[in-house]
Amino acid sequence: MGILSWTLLIPALGAVLMMFLPSRDSYTEKSSASIYGWIAFAVSTLTMIVSIFVLSNFDNSMVAYQFQENIKWIPQFGLNYHIGIDGISILLFMLTTILMPVTVLSSFKYIQKRKKEYYIWLLFLEFTMLGAFVALNLFIFYIFWELMLIPMFFLIGIWGGTRRIYATVKFVLFTVVGSLMMLAGIIYLAILARNTFGEFTFEFEQLLKLDIPVQTQLWLFAAFALAFAIKVPMFPFHTWLPDAHVEAPTAGSVILAGVLLKMGCYGFVRLGIPLFGEAALIAAPLMQTLAVIGIVYGACLALAQSDLKKLVAYSSISHLGYVILGLFALTPEAIQGSILQMVNHGISTGALFLLVGMLYERRHTREIADFGGLAHQLPVYATVFMIITLSSVALPGTNGFVGEFLILLGSFKAAWAHFVMHQEVFRLILMVFATSGVILGAYYMLWMVQRVFFGPLTNEKNKNLKDLSLREGLVLIPFIIFVFWIGLYPKPYLSKMEVSVNHYVEQYQPEALKEQLIEAPQHTETIEHKTEDVHTEH
Amino acid sequence: MENSLILFIVLLPLVGAILNGTVAATNAFRKKEIWGEKIAGIIAFTAVGISFLLSLYAVFVKMSGLEYISCTPYEWISIGELKVSVTFLIDHLSAVMLLVVTGVSSVIHFYSIGYIHGDESSVRYFSYLNLFVFAMLLLILGDSMPVMFVGWEGVGLCSYLLIGFWYKDDEKAAAGKKAFIVNRIGDFGFLLGMFLIFANVGTLTISGVNEFFHANNSMTFFWTNVAGICLFIGATGKSAQIPLYVWLPDAMAGPTPVSALIHAATMVTAGVYMVARFHGLFLAAPIAMNVVLWVGAITALFSASIALYQNDIKKVLAYSTVSQLGFMFMAAGAGAFVIAIFHLMTHAFFKACLFLGSGSVIHAMGGEQDIRYMGGLKQFMPATFITFLLATIAIAGFPPLAGFFSKDEILWNVFASEHGSKIVWFIGAVAALFTAFYMFRLVYLTFYGNFRGTREQEHHLHESPKTMTVPLMILAALSVVGGWIGIPKLLSFGAIPNFFHDFVGPAVEKFGHVHIAHYSHAVEYSLMALSVAIAFAGWYIARSMFRDLKHKLPDPDKYTGLPRLLWNKYFIDEIYIKYIVDPIKSLSTNVFLNISDKKLIDGAANGSASGWNKVAGIFSKFQTGNIQAYGFYMIFGAAIAVLFVLFVF
Repeated sequence: MGILSWTLLIPALGAVLMMFLPSRDSYTEKSSASIYGWIAFAVSTLTMIVSIFVLSNFDNSMVAYQFQENIKWIPQFGLNYHIGIDGISILLFMLTTILMPVTVLSSFKYIQKRKKEYYIWLLFLEFTMLGAFVALNLFIFYIFWELMLIPMFFLIGIWGGTRRIYATVKFVLFTVVGSLMMLAGIIYLAILARNTFGEFTFEFEQLLKLDIPVQTQLWLFAAFALAFAIKVPMFPFHTWLPDAHVEAPTAGSVILAGVLLKMGCYGFVRLGIPLFGEAALIAAPLMQTLAVIGIVYGACLALAQSDLKKLVAYSSISHLGYVILGLFALTPEAIQGSILQMVNHGISTGALFLLVGMLYERRHTREIADFGGLAHQLPVYATVFMIITLSSVALPGTNGFVGEFLILLGSFKAAWAHFVMHQEVFRLILMVFATSGVILGAYYMLWMVQRVFFGPLTNEKNKNLKDLSLREGLVLIPFIIFVFWIGLYPKPYLSKMEVSVNHYVEQYQPEALKEQLIEAPQHTETIEHKTEDVHTEH
Repeated sequence: MENSLILFIVLLPLVGAILNGTVAATNAFRKKEIWGEKIAGIIAFTAVGISFLLSLYAVFVKMSGLEYISCTPYEWISIGELKVSVTFLIDHLSAVMLLVVTGVSSVIHFYSIGYIHGDESSVRYFSYLNLFVFAMLLLILGDSMPVMFVGWEGVGLCSYLLIGFWYKDDEKAAAGKKAFIVNRIGDFGFLLGMFLIFANVGTLTISGVNEFFHANNSMTFFWTNVAGICLFIGATGKSAQIPLYVWLPDAMAGPTPVSALIHAATMVTAGVYMVARFHGLFLAAPIAMNVVLWVGAITALFSASIALYQNDIKKVLAYSTVSQLGFMFMAAGAGAFVIAIFHLMTHAFFKACLFLGSGSVIHAMGGEQDIRYMGGLKQFMPATFITFLLATIAIAGFPPLAGFFSKDEILWNVFASEHGSKIVWFIGAVAALFTAFYMFRLVYLTFYGNFRGTREQEHHLHESPKTMTVPLMILAALSVVGGWIGIPKLLSFGAIPNFFHDFVGPAVEKFGHVHIAHYSHAVEYSLMALSVAIAFAGWYIARSMFRDLKHKLPDPDKYTGLPRLLWNKYFIDEIYIKYIVDPIKSLSTNVFLNISDKKLIDGAANGSASGWNKVAGIFSKFQTGNIQAYGFYMIFGAAIAVLFVLFVF
């Protein structure tokens, strides 16, 4: 068995083994540290270590999937356990394994009932998420995709807030509606494959070779896109997200924002665009429009929130709008930006949820109006919060900027090429609105910071708040490191995906756009040449 | 030429910022000090001071005879054709900025040691101040648009942090937030301009962009101008021009040295610097140039008129700054980039001096900023008075002080340049008249006449400590002599070379320069004389109105007509809030949240769920649990089936 399988197996085994441990803590026991917490932490840390081996043996220059494993499962239906990883999935894979120990650590205090179950579900969730990122067989992908719902269902449904049942049902129903559409699409694809190749297959590589008529592609794309769009979530399928986030326990929110939402984006980049290339190009203006609506709309809604967690949840919708915008621009800058932005969003929004959760543990409220003037009382907490806020508003020097900048720049480049080709102004207008997100983003975040941290400390209940503890500090430090590392030196991250993305763009970028874009670099060369001349003259 | 010395210039302030920042956070956390304001001040001042000395060395020794020196520590982003290196470049344009910024920063850091004395957060203050210098150096020395943008937003961040430095006051925190967001509106334009340029040029290095527009501009006339205007939108945000100037007066909520450094001498001039930096682009975009010219002129007059009626000593200076920045843009719009930078430099000297002087006054007055309650301060604080007066004479444009040379040159270029306009010249002249008037009004109301404050305040009046007055003297001296390095040939009859022009000229005229219409010397001399006459007129009117103020100044709330309009700053803030901010908020809450999210989307989702419930409800009616009913259904069904078979088949 290969190393990649181990990263899946460790959390799965951990979860299974934990089931056989005696339930030492009853439903009512109140103790902050728990043996189950530490076990889950150890298991997820081990997974992370193994994944770092994967990363260090990852070959940046290879286009093909690496660490492939292909085991026949039900060969007559083409169901194989086929996994592998490439430059597009490696960063998301790593994000998951690194976020996991952190979220486990952050749950120690918050989770006070049914601890064993809770950590079992967390580990099981890790298994399913990692599985979805490495699956190379559409059926396996679908299984992981759907399995993910089960732990999330329990995490929100049992350990959530007061309206958790409503939120859980809404979350599951929304997601399932999309997934079933996708399932229908998957079965249709398999039948198409049988008609073409003479046997059922769900292998990505095989399915990509299918020659599907455009009309059919459009239907299939719609089915898949619905599933992904709900998961992202894109406007107008987003209303499950704020409810789920508000009710979920902190760790649930972190995982939800950090990884689960990326499944939708990942679905688009891995399946939606490659499988139905022509349909995706036809749908691109629509998808980009929805993405831009999401950017502006999500930001406006974040502005209107009085609950901290809801504000962060709506900001997610805005941030993920950027990701979708970039994916459908199909330029190397935009796609690399989008993938990086998925990671960035996991870092900054994940950290924001953690921070809000820490505040909630202290005050048992998330109403912005209950706070004010906290900066003086909690200087270190406020500093960390400020840094993460800046990353969220994409201040240059932080990770958020690199992602957002690349997406906007790359998308603008594509929009401009479309404009030059067919005088199409629409995409340029979209870009103006998309860029305006930087204003609204700063507005809702800084306004929130002002109301929570600045001004006089008037509320009596806030006067005895304690600053960050050592455990909380340890949880947050990795986030701060990544904020600046990616912001100042993104090369290690970008170089991981460079070859894969270039290959991807090469394949799926429309021919006309490609030709249009090739003209620009010629200018560059002459210019660089000229400037060199100018320099040497003196 | 590769030179790693630059790296030290840039990084020293960052090191200072990190050191003090870490200590400030730790101090606040542990409620006891690792080190206090004294060491923090020394560290911050030393970092910037050494940076200044190294800058001097770099500019006058390392760069002598060279066009530029540069340093590339690493490549930041590289994807396809997008290649962004972190490159720092000192050429003759950025050299001037470098010296002004590090020089004035050193002086103001020194002043801050005295000013911030006794504040519980002084370590944090020095950390922010150092961080600002670092960001400003990135902005100035960055050799590509993205690196420049890092500094561009970085200084915005520091401005935000420092305006809201006393964050416990909600108003101050709000002013900081306002500054950041209004700046972001400008940045939105800058970003769009950058994208547009990249899509066409394929590179974002400054020389690459300038060269493209200068030599082989393949963009249409329309889009070239759009690119220029987009960049200029960025400049209106950072440099507080119409319509985005509104943040700067509010920014006076910050500590006074911050107002002097960031909101007068350095950061707010970044827009002017950027326009000069991209002169290759702007010269190819005549309409954008015209926009720069007119926006500059209108801003200069508009905010000078507001300054006429303000009573807060710092607000007067703030509107004056907006107005002077307008002058710089007038020069840039007329194509006189050298003069724009020249005025930028002289303005840095006298405006920093004025702000620090006002800080000294406020310090003595125990926090009072309203000039209606001052008066007669000259006998209490002679050093502050004399330096303030010298800076005032300089800004008013009296020869031979610094402001005269730069302002006169601006008006002359606007008058004579092919990109200039006589109407704009007239606007500029009126603004200059206003400038002289409001500045001397400020001087007379503050330093002359009788003291109008409380007895207790009068009792506490004192000259500020040496740490504060020495910087004032340095800046006052520079306000006097600073202009002498740029004396126009016309005045010195060619005897003294125009050092400034010779130094900066090659850098900002590299990609073409603007044609100046030929006028006889008589015209030039008479315009110059007119400039001087304007300064005298402004001074004389102010003197006759305010020198020996006997009666109290009228209550501003009782103003009517034009004074009311000016006192209320044309109600621009109110208009923005009513017609832009509030509609966005109410749209978000009332339409997006309550209608589209809750009613439409969730309504549809919940509606379809309850729809299914209803359908299920109809069917559940049949499940009565009554055997007879089930029997009836069965026979009814069987009958239907039989009938179906009999008649249909």
